[in-house]
Amino acid sequence: MLRTIIDRLLLSIPVLLGVLLFGFLLLQLVPGDPARVVAGPTATPEIVAQIRQEMGLDRPVLVQFWAYLERMAQGDMGRSMISNKTVTSELGAAVGPTVELMLASLVWSVPIGIAMGTAAAVLRGSLADRVVMGLSVAGVSLPIFFISLLLIQYLGVVWPIFPFIGRPGPWYTPEGFMALFLPALSLGLILIGPVARMTRSSVLEVLKLDHVRTARAKGLSEIRVVLKHGLRNALIPVITLIGLQAGYLLGGAVVTETIFSWPGLGRLVVGAILSSDFTVAQGAVLLFALGFITINLIIDILYSILDPRVRK
Amino acid sequence: MSPASQAKDAPLLEVKDLQIEFKTEGGVFRAVDGVSFSVRRGATLGVVGESGCGKSVSSLGIMGLIPTPPGRYAGGEVLFEGRDLLKMSAKDRRGLRGGRMGMIFQEPMTSLNPVYTIGDQIIESLRAHRRVNHKEARERAVELLDLVRLPSPSKRVDDFPHQLSGGQRQRVMIALALANDPELLIADEPTTALDVTIQAQILDLMRDLSDRTGAAIMLITHDLGVVAETCDEVVVMYAGRVVERASARDLFQAPMHPYTLGLMAAVPRLDEKGSRLETIPGSVPPPWAMPKGCRFASRCPLATQQCRAEQPPLRAIDGDRLVACWRAPIEEIAA
Repeated sequence: MLRTIIDRLLLSIPVLLGVLLFGFLLLQLVPGDPARVVAGPTATPEIVAQIRQEMGLDRPVLVQFWAYLERMAQGDMGRSMISNKTVTSELGAAVGPTVELMLASLVWSVPIGIAMGTAAAVLRGSLADRVVMGLSVAGVSLPIFFISLLLIQYLGVVWPIFPFIGRPGPWYTPEGFMALFLPALSLGLILIGPVARMTRSSVLEVLKLDHVRTARAKGLSEIRVVLKHGLRNALIPVITLIGLQAGYLLGGAVVTETIFSWPGLGRLVVGAILSSDFTVAQGAVLLFALGFITINLIIDILYSILDPRVRK
Repeated sequence: MSPASQAKDAPLLEVKDLQIEFKTEGGVFRAVDGVSFSVRRGATLGVVGESGCGKSVSSLGIMGLIPTPPGRYAGGEVLFEGRDLLKMSAKDRRGLRGGRMGMIFQEPMTSLNPVYTIGDQIIESLRAHRRVNHKEARERAVELLDLVRLPSPSKRVDDFPHQLSGGQRQRVMIALALANDPELLIADEPTTALDVTIQAQILDLMRDLSDRTGAAIMLITHDLGVVAETCDEVVVMYAGRVVERASARDLFQAPMHPYTLGLMAAVPRLDEKGSRLETIPGSVPPPWAMPKGCRFASRCPLATQQCRAEQPPLRAIDGDRLVACWRAPIEEIAA
């Protein structure tokens, strides 16, 4: 197990370097002059030139890249070109709410999705199966902004049960918990469909296998056969799917965060891109890459827990 | 005769006119069509036939492992110690499966769950049928692995299936099937997927264990050599029906059905070196185009008008031998 983790960590190093290079090139390739953005529209050419020199933009590209790597190694991602706060602090403030929202939407939708998919597989062809599959198609097809607006309308306005603007505090405070409810509900609703579908097809696949027949030949109850010998083996593709989805959620559930004024990464990044705040955008790219690498690592560890054949 | 001794002489398993159908896109077809045979306590019954003749479906049907749908029990009885399994509640039937009836499958490579240790899988079966705690069950699992001659069983009990070879996995399957001291062991082509040398070992093991535990064996195979070596009685199946039933000795001495004769002629023999192997011309009729008369008629050199028109019943010839052929006994004709 430890071997697997170390192997995976070593494998992430080249990926990380690639991402660093990409993040650096991003700044070189974007249209518009970073120095001019920092200086503002009314600045004289002299001031722009001075800023360019301060930022090191007049030096050769390779020198710039090396300096960039040095700074990154020290955790210095520079300052926002707009707010002049450090990028680290900007990102740091947004990471918490985003991770919180991601976990809150996964924690209820994944178990429900898996349960629905398993039930649909076992009751294949029945009314229950068709209802579950119909709901999951609806969940996939309905745009999230629509679902969010419906939730706000009915659970926020008509029956004002939950707040729907902003994040008054972290999830463990009463206000924060209530505020988390609607965004987590709408994001989770989007996730249930794919999870249920994947679980259903995977369980159906596994239930056809020989070892399930052996389990039945042992005289085990049907529930035990399905859960212990069916679902457990069927979880691998489901875990993969959840990992991918979690990655995208981490990348910022932009629409949801915007609708609910959630102070997360998605909103921060979109704002940074729209205002040509290159340093923040660059830092965010790195952060997303780190997030994906972490999630993949977690998935790999889960694989080796779920399937002994993967273990070294 | 006292009732007790009567019960003792009664067959352990009696299959009467079993019919199993499958619903497919092309319509309903009957994979097993009126099959009858019985297994005596402690005896070994061989069920022989080409692939697709219904022998595996029959065995799965007896175990109650036919998925329904698409499968359906269309009729007949499966009596285990006189009780009809097809009329039992699902719960009672589950109690027999893996308890008093064990089954070994053809594919040792895929028949064990890859994500649990072999010990866990045996323990699970033990605890499904008896009140034992985990520790006792584990001890028994090690004993069973020792019984099937898996080397260093106390260590291998924690191995996962992928750490074992095919032959070892089949040993584990046998241990699993024998876990709760079954009276009937159904083995569906247990050696087909194994190397020849391992095949002999596994068959020896099964025979030895059945002698020791007194379990009856129903051995499904297409290998007549295996039948000759291991079985007391033989049922020959063709296209979902029994065509011949006899003791192994009688069957090999004087096969009575043209199909049995054809099967035997197709077995290579060392004492007739150089001659070409016989084959049976034609192929098994597909399930959707079963002929009205004898199902073997189109491939049978002895078929007559009657064979093509009427299905021959399984009838007794020479005392206890049963043959489903209008022209049996055929030795005179064949000669």
